Amino acid sequence: MTMDKILKKWFPVFVIPTLAAFIIGFIWPFIQGVYLSFCQFTTVNNAVFNGITNYQKAFTDESFANAFGFTVKFAIVSTILINIIAFIIALALTSNLKGKNIFRTVFFMPNLIGGIVLGYIWQILLNALMSAIGQPLLALNSKAGYWGLIILMCWQQIGYMMIIYIAGLQNVPQSLLEAAKIDGASSLQTIFRIKIPMVMPSITICLFLSITNSFKLFDQNLSLTAGEPAKATEMLALNIVNTFYARAGAAWKGIGQAKAVIFFAIVIVIALTQLYATRSKEVDQ
Amino acid sequence: MKKILAILLTVIMVFGLVACGDKKDDQAKDTDKAEEVEQDADEKDAETPAEGSGKVYYLNFKPEQDQQWQELAEVYTQETGVPVTVVTAASGEYETTLMAEMGKSDAPTLFQVNGPVGLKNWEAQCYDLADSDVVSELTSDAFALKGESGETSGIAYVVESYGIITNTTLLEEAGYSVDDIQSFADLKEVAEDITARKDELGFSAFSSAGMDGSSDWRFKTHLANMPIYFEYQADGIQDTAAIKGTFLDNYRNIWDLYVNNSTADPAELSAKTGDDSRNEFLAKEAVFFQNGSWEYSNLVGEDLFKADELTMIPIYIGEGDEANQGLCTGTENFWCVNKDAEQEDIDATLAFMNWCVTSDVGVKAMSGGEGAMPSGDPGMGFVIPFKKALESENVFVKVDADMTAAGKTPVAWTFSTMPSEEWKNGVGSALTAYAADQTDDNWQAVVTAFVDGWATEYELSNP
Repeated sequence: MTMDKILKKWFPVFVIPTLAAFIIGFIWPFIQGVYLSFCQFTTVNNAVFNGITNYQKAFTDESFANAFGFTVKFAIVSTILINIIAFIIALALTSNLKGKNIFRTVFFMPNLIGGIVLGYIWQILLNALMSAIGQPLLALNSKAGYWGLIILMCWQQIGYMMIIYIAGLQNVPQSLLEAAKIDGASSLQTIFRIKIPMVMPSITICLFLSITNSFKLFDQNLSLTAGEPAKATEMLALNIVNTFYARAGAAWKGIGQAKAVIFFAIVIVIALTQLYATRSKEVDQ
Repeated sequence: MKKILAILLTVIMVFGLVACGDKKDDQAKDTDKAEEVEQDADEKDAETPAEGSGKVYYLNFKPEQDQQWQELAEVYTQETGVPVTVVTAASGEYETTLMAEMGKSDAPTLFQVNGPVGLKNWEAQCYDLADSDVVSELTSDAFALKGESGETSGIAYVVESYGIITNTTLLEEAGYSVDDIQSFADLKEVAEDITARKDELGFSAFSSAGMDGSSDWRFKTHLANMPIYFEYQADGIQDTAAIKGTFLDNYRNIWDLYVNNSTADPAELSAKTGDDSRNEFLAKEAVFFQNGSWEYSNLVGEDLFKADELTMIPIYIGEGDEANQGLCTGTENFWCVNKDAEQEDIDATLAFMNWCVTSDVGVKAMSGGEGAMPSGDPGMGFVIPFKKALESENVFVKVDADMTAAGKTPVAWTFSTMPSEEWKNGVGSALTAYAADQTDDNWQAVVTAFVDGWATEYELSNP
């Protein structure tokens, strides 16, 4: 049998378990979640259909709009910073630097720590710093909360993006680089005219990851600032959870669910737009 | 050969999937073990005689008492053959856990709500307890929680008190006794005198009023109870859609006293946790510590305080008849029975509740201290509002009983009428900002969060 035939014969065995798990664990709950956003409910069993009331309430909720604004501000700055810094480090660590493997490992390590733990560690660090320089602490200081979140996310994400960029940079054909060198291209020209166009697929994936991560950020937000002061640093995901659990009354679960569906749509639209925009810039080798 | 490899891979993958789905038992390190454990459990279920034919599933709110509930459940099963499962939600995760569990086919038959506001979420699921035996065991009708429909949706099973926990040894070192503090003016005088002599004495008046999430409920909920209580008293009401904030100046005075006479710089309170505050008190760095009778086991014991070193004084805010003011005594723990459970399970649950509060073993376990459990472990140490309750060993509970016996009026827990968590968060946030920078403008923000926030949140919760 050729490989093709073997694959054809056996593929259901490999695909079906995963597909089933995906449907049970993701597709079905998602469909149910969308349905619940049109209901008033306390548990999934006692849902009562109530039309688009939840969506009306969600759209008129000021805190949701504020959270959206804050999330966008956060996503833009963190995406730019993470990707630029990660790319620069990747450039440095693909050159003939001594001990580059150790550096790669060290930069990657923050990624292995969970968001909640990181949030609390940085909260202690930043509060100690603020207290030493006589500034109000994180919970009273929305500016510090914002930059604290940015620093935390950069620290955590740069290593991960760096690995992807390193892989991309290592795939740039040596012959192209040599040709550029012979033609007299400066190192900056090499970066902007050759390396960046050649690693466009990595840029696509890194931008996608950092944008969606920024939008979906929850753990770090919860543990670093918990939305303080007075919801000024509350991001979308935290706002949804607070809608769900911090308000009394039967109506709020449905509104939280509606917000979650809106949230999903926003993330999808933004991510797809970005994918489309950067894909079109990719070149074939 | 490739065929064999493919089969092998498939087997591994399927096995992997099964293993993933089995991770419920954290202690079982490998899958084999986990499967064995589950099988054992299944066999046990099958073997239990169907005497009562129903089963009980209790979703417990208090992590401190998890062990005791587990043991009590086991004893009950041995005695009656009715299987009782007790699951305890992680601290602060009760509502989330309850929501998830209630959605399952084997939903909890016995669960908890924290009062009238908590009941709003769950009233539709609550069985009417009015005719049950356990209700007739209550010492007072006030411990039955009635919903909007007028049904008895829940019953309190533990009564707690809070106030200002006082280290009497340190207070004496500072030259005062508990009897010197009979009003807000007294408390202020003592606290400010201690602050003035802080360096000489080596301790502060109050432990830090931490506004971290682990501690802020002591002030945004428990301390905020005081102005609400006195307003309800003045207006002769139990509940309101719009708080007026008549006594917020008193609230400001006591808050000023707490934050300006404490171990910590008021600007750093946002980062102080509940543990910080307790540890300061344990380390004898502070005389006063606002907290409740539930702190007893954290404060009294070997290497900790002796019971006679501690007492609790009422939180005076300079309002009402202070000479006759008692501790804040009430409950936010109500048992509810799941209406949607099978009738036989409901019956089994009611029987279990009744057994807990009437049988010798149950009552001893719930209200006893040292060695009260059948296994010799310490009991739950609760004050239970049932006729057969035993006297508690908890020193703070005794203080409350003595005060009530002396004719003092306990302050009711009106905070269960606070409109939502959001309201509490708003007040807490404003309080923290005010503590760091004590201007009139910042206090105005607290008032806004308190008064306007109440109206907004009340409306949002009661559409």
